[in-house]
Amino acid sequence: MYYGLSNFYQNHRRYVKSRDDSQLNGDTDSLKNPSKECEPYRKDGDKPIAPCGAIANSMFNDTLELFQMNESSLIRVPLHKKGIAWWTDKNVKFRNPPGGNLSEVFKGTTKPLNWPKPVYELDEDPENNGFINEDFIVWMRTAALPTFRKLYRLIEKKGVLHPTLPVGQYLLRITYNYPVHTFDGRKRMILSTISWMGGKNPFLGIAYITVGSICFLLGVVLLVIHHKYGNRNNSADIPN
Amino acid sequence: MFCGEKKLLETERRVKANDREFNEKFQYATNRIHTSKYNILTFLPINLFEQFQRVANAYFLFLLILQLIPEISSLSWFTTIVPLVLVLTITAVKDATDDYFRHKSDNQVNNRLSEVLINGRLQSEKWMNVKAGDIIKLENNQFVAADLLLLSSSEPHGLCYIETAELDGETNLKVRHALPVTSELGADISSLAKFDGIVACEPPNNKLDKFTGDLSWKDNKYPLNNEKIILRGCVLRNTSWCFGMVIFAGPDTKLMQNSGKTTFKRTSIDRLMNTLVLWIFGFLVCMGVILAIGNSIWKHQVGDYFRAFLFQDEVGKNPIFSGFLTFWSYIIILNTVVPISLYVSVEVIRLGHSHFINWDRKMYYAKKETLAEARTTTLNEELGQIEYIFSDKTGTLTQNIMTFNKCSINGRTYGEVYDDLGRKTEINEKTKPVDFSFNPQADSKFQFYDHSLIESIKLGDPKVYEFFRLLALCHTVMPEENNEGKLIYQVQSPDEGALVTAARNFGFIFKSRTPETITVEEMGKIVTYQLLAFLDFNNIRKRMSVIVRNPEGQIKLYCKGADTILFEKLHSSNEELMTVTSDHLSEFGGEGLRTLAIAYRNLNEEYFKEWFKLLEEANRVFDKRDERVAAAYEEIERDMMLLGATAIEDKLQDGVIETITNLSLANIKIWVLTGDKQETAMNIGYSCNMLTDDMNEVFILSGHTAAEVWEELKKAKEILFGRSTGFTNGYAFCEKLQELKLGSTIEETGYALEANLQNEFLEIACICKTVICCRVTPLQKAQVVELVKKHRKAVTLAIGDGANDISMIKSAHIGVGISGQEGMQAVLASDYSFAQFRYLQRLLLVHGRWSYFRMCKFLCYFFYKNFAFTLVHFWFGFFCGFSAQTVYDQWFITLFNIVYTSLPVLAMGIFDQDVNEQNSMDYPNLYGPGQLNLLFNKRKFFICIAHGVYTSFALFFIPYGAFYNVAGEDGKHIADYQSFAVTIATSLVIVVSVQIALDTSYWTVINHVFIWGSIAVYFSILFTMHSDGIFDIFPNQFPFVGNARHSLSQKNIWLVILLTTVVSVMPVITFRFLKVVLYPTLSDQVRQLQKAQDKARPLRGHKRQPRRTSSRRSGYAFAHQEGYGELITSGKNMRVKNLHPTSGLGKTMYNSTSWIENLCKKTTDTVNSFSLDRTVKL
Repeated sequence: MYYGLSNFYQNHRRYVKSRDDSQLNGDTDSLKNPSKECEPYRKDGDKPIAPCGAIANSMFNDTLELFQMNESSLIRVPLHKKGIAWWTDKNVKFRNPPGGNLSEVFKGTTKPLNWPKPVYELDEDPENNGFINEDFIVWMRTAALPTFRKLYRLIEKKGVLHPTLPVGQYLLRITYNYPVHTFDGRKRMILSTISWMGGKNPFLGIAYITVGSICFLLGVVLLVIHHKYGNRNNSADIPN
Repeated sequence: MFCGEKKLLETERRVKANDREFNEKFQYATNRIHTSKYNILTFLPINLFEQFQRVANAYFLFLLILQLIPEISSLSWFTTIVPLVLVLTITAVKDATDDYFRHKSDNQVNNRLSEVLINGRLQSEKWMNVKAGDIIKLENNQFVAADLLLLSSSEPHGLCYIETAELDGETNLKVRHALPVTSELGADISSLAKFDGIVACEPPNNKLDKFTGDLSWKDNKYPLNNEKIILRGCVLRNTSWCFGMVIFAGPDTKLMQNSGKTTFKRTSIDRLMNTLVLWIFGFLVCMGVILAIGNSIWKHQVGDYFRAFLFQDEVGKNPIFSGFLTFWSYIIILNTVVPISLYVSVEVIRLGHSHFINWDRKMYYAKKETLAEARTTTLNEELGQIEYIFSDKTGTLTQNIMTFNKCSINGRTYGEVYDDLGRKTEINEKTKPVDFSFNPQADSKFQFYDHSLIESIKLGDPKVYEFFRLLALCHTVMPEENNEGKLIYQVQSPDEGALVTAARNFGFIFKSRTPETITVEEMGKIVTYQLLAFLDFNNIRKRMSVIVRNPEGQIKLYCKGADTILFEKLHSSNEELMTVTSDHLSEFGGEGLRTLAIAYRNLNEEYFKEWFKLLEEANRVFDKRDERVAAAYEEIERDMMLLGATAIEDKLQDGVIETITNLSLANIKIWVLTGDKQETAMNIGYSCNMLTDDMNEVFILSGHTAAEVWEELKKAKEILFGRSTGFTNGYAFCEKLQELKLGSTIEETGYALEANLQNEFLEIACICKTVICCRVTPLQKAQVVELVKKHRKAVTLAIGDGANDISMIKSAHIGVGISGQEGMQAVLASDYSFAQFRYLQRLLLVHGRWSYFRMCKFLCYFFYKNFAFTLVHFWFGFFCGFSAQTVYDQWFITLFNIVYTSLPVLAMGIFDQDVNEQNSMDYPNLYGPGQLNLLFNKRKFFICIAHGVYTSFALFFIPYGAFYNVAGEDGKHIADYQSFAVTIATSLVIVVSVQIALDTSYWTVINHVFIWGSIAVYFSILFTMHSDGIFDIFPNQFPFVGNARHSLSQKNIWLVILLTTVVSVMPVITFRFLKVVLYPTLSDQVRQLQKAQDKARPLRGHKRQPRRTSSRRSGYAFAHQEGYGELITSGKNMRVKNLHPTSGLGKTMYNSTSWIENLCKKTTDTVNSFSLDRTVKL
């Protein structure tokens, strides 16, 4: 299950560099004194912002819930929120600052302006809280293009026999926190099945078929031309 | 004239001998030469200043400053400073070494010692401390330190001999003589120290053959002319010592003034490259503007509403201002279209090519142990574009060795070699030369191959005897004995040397001479002849005679000279012999030999006495003396009996003919510029096949006023254009001193006619197949080169060996010096040097062609590569809000040009070749594309750019399409910016590597190593930079942690990379394939042939140009100067010990002072009246 945003310039230069990787890596100095790149989301008053910068500040915070509509009841489709971030991001790039209790560790810092709650309250699970919250990590991996989708949750396969999402009616419940209409943006929710080469992506297939046929055609044409004209040169006298 | 500025400062030079205080008032230059540019302290500032004067360096400095402004810095500063510092350091080191060597050579010259008269004593002083007004002593074979006024010498009458090879390339000795008043000073140091004459003369100038001034001494004024001046660069010969007073020192000397400006030479590719770089700058600005406008619009329509997520500071609020900032940001990002590494790579490639030239064993001359040397490393590819070659003659085309090659005696030729079957054979090393061991005095260097001549001598054929007797008697050679007691000849003209040596080896040994006698050992018997009269050579008479009385009392006149002249003076009984001999002569002439006809006449006593009276009378009168003397000579030189003819070979260097033929086939025009006489020049033209008989038009320009030259040009033009077929076979032979003189006055007067004349000349000369200019001075050589350079826009090459070629070498695009000779000046001024003319063929057709080919390929690829690399940012700009976000990792941008892709393209630029060296030589036509500038020009450039743009388009939009909605294999999101960057970067590296592999036509191990190595290095650096370890150390510098591992393990990504590569490369392959199949170039054809040859190489018969059968043409040529006859008969040039007081008829033919003036007058006459000697042609 993905969420998609369009017309959202996560690749804008000022946006992309507005982060402090040492802070996110759990460096205590950077936590208290974030990099200048984060300006103007570096400090709120005189308290340093954790996590600082525009990327963190604009984190997607709608909640999506999926229900299967039975005749009468709604059955919640189980969504896994762990395992959506890259392994290196989760284990290497993003680290909480050392120390036991997260709320203590982040003491002396303040939450990003747009956030409703501080970073150490993103989740109850300590393995998924603070800087290593996977939703946060996914957001922090900025998209290449203004229209993008990011992995939101996983819907696990139940087995070979049972379809993951059986045919039927589903209900998507969105807790709307994230305004996009100001910049003419669109939000999407995408469900995609994963194959051996990833999610559904028709572009590559079409491109390969096109290029392949062009190559084949060219090959034939060139072969003909070569047979017709190619030998001419071998016998030709070289003027001197 | 470039010394014009000085002229304003110095209108007249006054130098007082032995008075440094007096001379210091004028602050004349000292004798120190200064060619270096820096010293230790000034090196850094001056060098940096110079380097930043280069547009490219200044541009990068500017970029660096831009990057330091945080508002617009889109790239870290290290992306620019790393390459910039690298470039500056490399250049600085190179400049420093160059200057070090200049210092060294300056020091070497400045520290040469000469003996200077200081405070009444001779002291050894370094050259640099010599000042104007000093009196210095020179010894035999010493170089002259400064321009001197000759005061006295060891020889009688203050004569001294100098060799001016360094100045004008002439190797014959020249006579200089002191004023009689000063020559009396002799070697007396004390009187020399008292000498306090004041010389007033012209300011420093570069005219080698002119000097005006006077000497005031003891209340008398003595006029001075060039005959009394010894110039720096000359060598004193045959004179044990002489004293001279320094007039011009150091930079004021004529040698230095003549050396011309050292201009920095640039190749046409260089200039094209600079233009293109400017265009690219323009293009860059355009792209910047487009993106900046895009930014403003985006800001206005999208960005402002996006404020909630993008912070907006005050500067960002105004779209216009934001666009302005974006413009600079994009300039920084897109700067890689003009990569700084371009300049460095070009230099490295040229350096590599230069080393190939230096290491070429096929251009190594074993006899002199001289290697070819590329002295300038920046001109190599221009060697592949030469259209005109200007060649010196003496020492360049010829070896400057005259050999007695053939002769015709009494209607029979000697000198041909026949094999057993009676066929004419080529003389080669295996041919057995005549054994001269019977003659103990024979010169061992002399070789003759025809045994029949020696048999004739042994048989005692009187005509043969007479023939050699004449050769032994009729000349101006001076005999000398060297330390070992062997006889050596001092020759004034090498032709005579060859003739006298030939006579010597055949048993007629010229032993000694006095003013009245000549002693010859004839077949072992000493015979002394009385020299009765000496009828000297001059350019109008074209002959010389001696009248001698042999011991038997017979008076004989011996004459040698041009056949055309001599044949008219023969006795009518010679008719038959004349026909035979003239057949022989034209045969000799056709082979390019220099011929002389020889004849004798028996005189009876009375007739001679009568005639001698006539001559004395003629000599006595002052009015029209020359005419009357000539008439007297004419009177006696008639009714002669023809003896035969000699043929002297002005030996060409090995392989000159083949080289010239091949170069002409390569469509290179060869002009010979020589200071020699017309006949000699013409002979060389024939002997090296530049002139052939099937050239049906011969234009000789020899008028000596503007109008005459104009007429001649007009006539030539009429002939050319009046006939439609006459074009290709025309050739011009021009005596062109005059109109060049006019050419040089144009700058001053600007007469339209003269400007027209220049164009007219050029127009005709360029249609002609061959142009030979004779009697040109060093400066005129340069002017001819400049003329062609200016009006034809052609690439020129000048080749020469002597100091007289320096100006030409310097003004041509490429100067080549022949090394291994005595003088080194030409080599020092040249860009390339080697020992033999024939290496020119290899230099141009192999090295030059390859260099050009490689450089063009390199440039094409380089521009392609950088456009493909950089323009991706441009496309990305449309999708990132024109925010100047880079597509790639910053490290990738830093390393792309200097690490990932530099080596393969360098390897191609250095090693690539389309056809091998043998085929390059065998198919001179392959040289054509270089001359026409086909391989890299503006059109090619645009093709490369279009290719680059296309590639960048594919590189961006295929990943764009693929990333539009992609998910990883595990469903994780991989469409992030960093994965995108890695994908494009990897595709880019692979695409450009595949492209270079396609471009490389000659694979060496190094190419393989570099191409595969680059890809390997790319991946290893990629993984290193994306590794956990380096991230732990510098988390802020390496944010791409884990990216490579994650992205490159996705099949998806690899499919994208593969697709991108195929799409980028496919059109190129198609296009090239079609081109080779449908419109193959010569190079393609030869390549194909070469592939076939590699399997079975057919034996290629050595191409040898057949000697043409000759039409009638006089081969007369004689490098002889007038005036030596008088020297001999007066005995002035003989050592006192040789003077025997013998009585004779010609004892005092002229009074003793007049001959010197006579000589001077005549020598200057020869210089000025060469144009009078019209061509000898049949």
